[in-house]
Amino acid sequence: MTGQLTARNLAVAGALTTSEQEKIRADFPILCRTVREGRPLVYLDSGATSQRPRQVLDAERAFLEQHNAAVHRGAHQLAEEATDAYESARARIAAFVGVAPEEVVFTKNATEGINLVAYALSNSSIGKDAIQRFAVQPDDEIVVTEMEHHANLVPWQELCRRTGATLRWYRVTDAGRLDLDSLELSPRTKIVAFTHQSNVMGTVPPVAELVRRAHQVGALTVLDACQSVPHTPVDLAALNVDFAVFSGHKMLGPSGVGVLYGRRELLDALPPFLTGGSMIELVMMESSTYAPSPQRFEAGVPMTSQAVGLGAAVDYLSAVGMDRIAAHERALTGQALAGLSEIDGVRIIGPLDTTDRGGAVSFVLDEVHPHDAGQVLDDLGIAMRVGHHCAWPLHRRFGIVATVRASFALYNTPAEVDALLAGVHEVRRFFRVGA
Amino acid sequence: MKLEQMYQEIILDHYRNPHRQGLREPFDAESYQVNPTCGDEVTLRVALDGDRVSDVSYDAIGCSISQAATSVLTDLVIGRTVAESRSTMDAFVEMVQSRGQVEPDEEVLADAVAFVGVSRYPSRVKCALLGWMAFKDAVGRAAAGDATANGAERSEAP
Repeated sequence: MTGQLTARNLAVAGALTTSEQEKIRADFPILCRTVREGRPLVYLDSGATSQRPRQVLDAERAFLEQHNAAVHRGAHQLAEEATDAYESARARIAAFVGVAPEEVVFTKNATEGINLVAYALSNSSIGKDAIQRFAVQPDDEIVVTEMEHHANLVPWQELCRRTGATLRWYRVTDAGRLDLDSLELSPRTKIVAFTHQSNVMGTVPPVAELVRRAHQVGALTVLDACQSVPHTPVDLAALNVDFAVFSGHKMLGPSGVGVLYGRRELLDALPPFLTGGSMIELVMMESSTYAPSPQRFEAGVPMTSQAVGLGAAVDYLSAVGMDRIAAHERALTGQALAGLSEIDGVRIIGPLDTTDRGGAVSFVLDEVHPHDAGQVLDDLGIAMRVGHHCAWPLHRRFGIVATVRASFALYNTPAEVDALLAGVHEVRRFFRVGA
Repeated sequence: MKLEQMYQEIILDHYRNPHRQGLREPFDAESYQVNPTCGDEVTLRVALDGDRVSDVSYDAIGCSISQAATSVLTDLVIGRTVAESRSTMDAFVEMVQSRGQVEPDEEVLADAVAFVGVSRYPSRVKCALLGWMAFKDAVGRAAAGDATANGAERSEAP
């Protein structure tokens, strides 16, 4: 059996070997626990949040035990050490996605990063200080896609509501791909915001083409990279997007920290979103001037041990190698797609092969609601997400209210995919489907 | 095994063969409820005859727990007074929110005692209550003579 699994896994060049998988799993204490009635945990919900290796937990603890202080203020030794740790994390995270440290803004999470852009554009649109190049006018258009997470949809709906602009979107095909023919951009298009990888279907849209079209009409691009950065090599500079966001907790890091990338020239010109301490240059009673980016966008004492932890997370991912991780997850995804396709009554929502596709695999079952399926899987120790995964419009587009989703990370194994497939059979047996 | 305690045969029977499904006229008030975490929804109508519940009709999308709970609800409240229905509802809510700590009274809850297992799965409590929240809302509207509010004023289950 093990031999078979190994052979299957190695079918993807560069995939992690069995001993490498074991070594990685040993770094994640939570993967050793049991759930429900003594079932070994099979964690297939990394698309929602990933688990953290000891190295990340240790880095956070070491920072708090040895160096903790408020960063970018104070001249004592701890303040210096804390600031160094914080800025070192920024530099390593920036390098991890191919950009300069000054282009990385720490936010609470990816959602806050998108809201930061939306509100900064809003702030550019009003009053005597309106900044023409960023101003969103009533006749303008903001473009998203039908496969967005609510985090990359609702902030744009709200920006439209505040400015009077119109929201438009690229549609999704029956096969779960982006339909580039479903929308024509226009000179009124100010922003094109899209995901780098669907959190439901795993679909990777044609980023280069979307960026080309957006820039052709002078629109800014915003990339939701939450589901790509943890799973595949990402070079944001090479992708040529204007803004991008990703979250720490989905990439082995702590919760409470996310990243907004902005092209330097844009961040330098953009007005602030949240204002207060740390982000200022000069403050007088009447008015203030603001620090250069990224400080301009980091008001208040920032999350510090979390940023340090995220720095350790990118070190960990880099040490394994993002190419290897991508190959490993591609193998798992291929195995899941093939196995699920063979089960009667299973309908996969999204691409059926691993071309331009990451490791989120969502499906519905004939005669069993996803909630009920998830409950049986949970009873077997398999942690999966059920529901609309914060992509309700996408589910509506497929005429469903919910799906069951498996999402993989570097620490998952072919044996866990087998457990998933066996679990789906058990769901059918439990609810007597096809009996 | 806890799972079989939750998915008792009576629940699966109601799920496969729901009672009094479909939206019917006449009715005094209608309520639309949605569970925003999973997208399940129910539209439920209540018809009153004096202080008695003469009909409950509904259209719902949801899991076995929410569908079966709404089906059982119709058995429990149709033909009863509004006050009796409300006390049944209170007993049901108390049971499913009890984390397994409340021994249900079969005299009051009849088939609904089958949902006692749900109380051990906190994430499923909302499912069991979706139809009941719609019933509570609709009865409240009917008593207030407000039949109109529905989809336009979507309120969420607790």
